[in-house]
Amino acid sequence: MEAVIGLEVHIQLSTKTKAFCSCKTTYGNEENTQTCPVCLGMPGALPVLNKEVVDFAIKLGLATNSKIAEKSIFSRKNYFYPDLTKGYQISQYDKPILENGKLEIETENGLKSIGITRIHIEEDTGKSNHSENFVNSTGLDFNRCGTALLEIVSEPEIKTSKEASAYLAKLRQLVRYLEICDGNLEEGSMRCDANISVRETGSKKFGTRVEVKNMNSYKNVEKAIDYEIARQIKVLENGGKIIQMTALWNADKNQTIPMRTKEDSQDYRYFPEPDLVPLLIDENWIDEIRKTLPELPKTRKERFTRELCLSDYEANVLTSAKELADYFEKTLEISKDPKLTANFVSGEVLRLLKETKSELSELKITPEKLGKILTLLQTNKLNLQNAKKIFDEIAQNGSEPEKIMREKGLEQSLDTNELETWVSEVLAENPNEALRFKSGETKLQAFFMGKIMQKSRGKANAQLVTKVLLEKLK
Amino acid sequence: MPVSHAEILKIAKLAKLEFSEKNLEKLSKDLNNILNYVELLKEIDTENIETLDSIHETGNVLRKDEILSSLSKENALTNAPETQNGFFKVPKVVQEGN
Repeated sequence: MEAVIGLEVHIQLSTKTKAFCSCKTTYGNEENTQTCPVCLGMPGALPVLNKEVVDFAIKLGLATNSKIAEKSIFSRKNYFYPDLTKGYQISQYDKPILENGKLEIETENGLKSIGITRIHIEEDTGKSNHSENFVNSTGLDFNRCGTALLEIVSEPEIKTSKEASAYLAKLRQLVRYLEICDGNLEEGSMRCDANISVRETGSKKFGTRVEVKNMNSYKNVEKAIDYEIARQIKVLENGGKIIQMTALWNADKNQTIPMRTKEDSQDYRYFPEPDLVPLLIDENWIDEIRKTLPELPKTRKERFTRELCLSDYEANVLTSAKELADYFEKTLEISKDPKLTANFVSGEVLRLLKETKSELSELKITPEKLGKILTLLQTNKLNLQNAKKIFDEIAQNGSEPEKIMREKGLEQSLDTNELETWVSEVLAENPNEALRFKSGETKLQAFFMGKIMQKSRGKANAQLVTKVLLEKLK
Repeated sequence: MPVSHAEILKIAKLAKLEFSEKNLEKLSKDLNNILNYVELLKEIDTENIETLDSIHETGNVLRKDEILSSLSKENALTNAPETQNGFFKVPKVVQEGN
């Protein structure tokens, strides 16, 4: 048996205002302070489309090689639910803004292109509050109601849960590069539903599908898909039939639970939204947007491997987020050493971010400061150990690399006399080890190096020490 | 008859409309009159005619992404039959799957 998976991803656009009115879109503000007659669905209020929403959609269209419709129209999707003020959602139906795109993902068997059927503009709903403050009732906050979303529908070309999470990660990386969505799964600015079915391997016919909702992390997406595939295979193997339904992923119980949908609820009776005019996009508009596109992750990664001679792995890590790649390149402008800079950024900088749970923009160690440290390292004014020491010092307390180096006396000694003294002293203090080394126990070199470094308080240059040490132990 | 009583009742349910048996008869007659007329229009050949999506001939009525003031919380809640702690209050919506 094999699985067939299609994903529907909603991304919340990071425009300042909502899709069809001028209310702000801030997350987590005091409830019901970001509403107006339009998003509250007051009779007679008329929606007006936010141009930025279209600009953002065109960006994603260009980045996914989608066909951008010269003319697209809005439709009403009719259903009653308390978080939807108007009794219908403004969406796009038969003429969406984008169609026929693709997204390349990395799998164990290399690159795989996943087709994107369509991407359309629609509006978000309000938020229900089910807390214990509401006894036999539900509270509603419409701050989010009317915020612009793009719904991205993939072709059923995803085969495994791993591919599904790779697709999601790639899409997240892309929308963050384009700066059209913050990609926050936990806060719901990116939401994913999966259509899952199974069939005999190689069969052309699709099985009956189940739609799974409510997976708010990569881990849950993988777990929910694996669970649902296993469940369907078991049903079929026991001679049963799959019933088409919508299910919710329950992360506590680790299982999908069928939604108690009322009959007819899927009958949305779409019709063209009479309050909005058609959206017309010409080549000029597309060209304007094309000029604003940043270098996309794939191109940037290729440039890093080709021009900077970084490994595939390093380039992948550094281009995982736009801010990180920018940080790396700003540091590189000063240090001029791609390999060394890549090591420090993917090692020390990422470690620091993880330990302090902070964002790159919050770091005291700016690209300029890191660049200076690396320059000191390259010109042998600092050794690696002390470079890391200064890195940590600045990360905690700020200040300038050269200043700390002088104040703490960390400047590397290239004075041969001083070096010879340290080496001689260490050899004199450890006569037995010296003898053992001379009789062939060469791994003791590390022991001596440690002792000499200690004596120099980290200032000795490792290469010079090695040279002098081996000379003396001949 | 293009539309049956069962279909009318289904649409009424979706639109959250209620009416008496007597009105159902009347509605059924009216709706079928309209739909019969539409059936008549269907006889016209529209093979090479583009669908009319909007009665407006213009396109692209757009606004800039600029924040304008919203309603105050008090004003936003004025017309709500019930409120609580700044929220609109409605009969319990079951949270599913939990």
